[in-house]
Amino acid sequence: MIEGISIYEILTLTSILFFIGTYGFFTRENLITVLMSIELILNASAVNFVVINTYLYPDFLQGAIFSIFIIALAAAETALAIAIIINLYKIVYSVEVKDTETMKY
Amino acid sequence: MEATLFYILAAFIVIFAIAAVTSRKILRAVIYLLFVLISISGLYFMINYNLLAAIQLTVYGGGVIVLFIFSVLLVHHVELELEKTPIKKKIIAGLLSVIGLGITLWAIFTYPFQTANTYKSIEVADVGFKLLGYEEGGFILPFEVISVLLVAVMIGAIIIAKGKKLKEN
Repeated sequence: MIEGISIYEILTLTSILFFIGTYGFFTRENLITVLMSIELILNASAVNFVVINTYLYPDFLQGAIFSIFIIALAAAETALAIAIIINLYKIVYSVEVKDTETMKY
Repeated sequence: MEATLFYILAAFIVIFAIAAVTSRKILRAVIYLLFVLISISGLYFMINYNLLAAIQLTVYGGGVIVLFIFSVLLVHHVELELEKTPIKKKIIAGLLSVIGLGITLWAIFTYPFQTANTYKSIEVADVGFKLLGYEEGGFILPFEVISVLLVAVMIGAIIIAKGKKLKEN
């Protein structure tokens, strides 16, 4: 709990962060930047888990532990997605969304 | 004091997040994302969840950002600028995001949260006992599943990234 800050202010901050992430997800045309927007979205939700746990249910730890799982999944997803992007670059010499029309040759 | 620090961190997060999704130089966008992630780790420090702040710093600041920079340098020139997004697409996406934000904020501010009066900081020992506990409410099964997942991702990433060039000259 942060002194002098209510739960509404933190939830407002994380909502803004989440929708900045969705804006980037819609507008970006490069696969790496799309992935960065997904990182923003996942981070906003992880902060939400921790904040709701500490403000509303301080005796339990579920939210705190789920945020660790979110970070682990985000890291795994990033590693796999970047492997796919680099392999795609070897095949079609581009990482733009519009150039990736076929999933398999 | 803490409130001012929170507002400074919040301003950092919002400004650099907007910069990260709108900057047309891709390497700069990655660095802006790094600033956002470090500010979020500061937020975790202020909530007194030091373990997650350290995890955030090491996994994101140390691992994910390095992966991003590697992939950017492998597939782009450093100086390359991204294509401009069509203005129509920007407007539609911005409108959708603002509408979604409005609905979410309306839902948040009309819901009466019952804030607890007692307050404990989250200790590392408690998290560890909970994470490895196999009694009721323990998290040993998801913990093991995550470790299997990480092994699978490691093997998958190696196999995918070293796949041979399919379009031979």
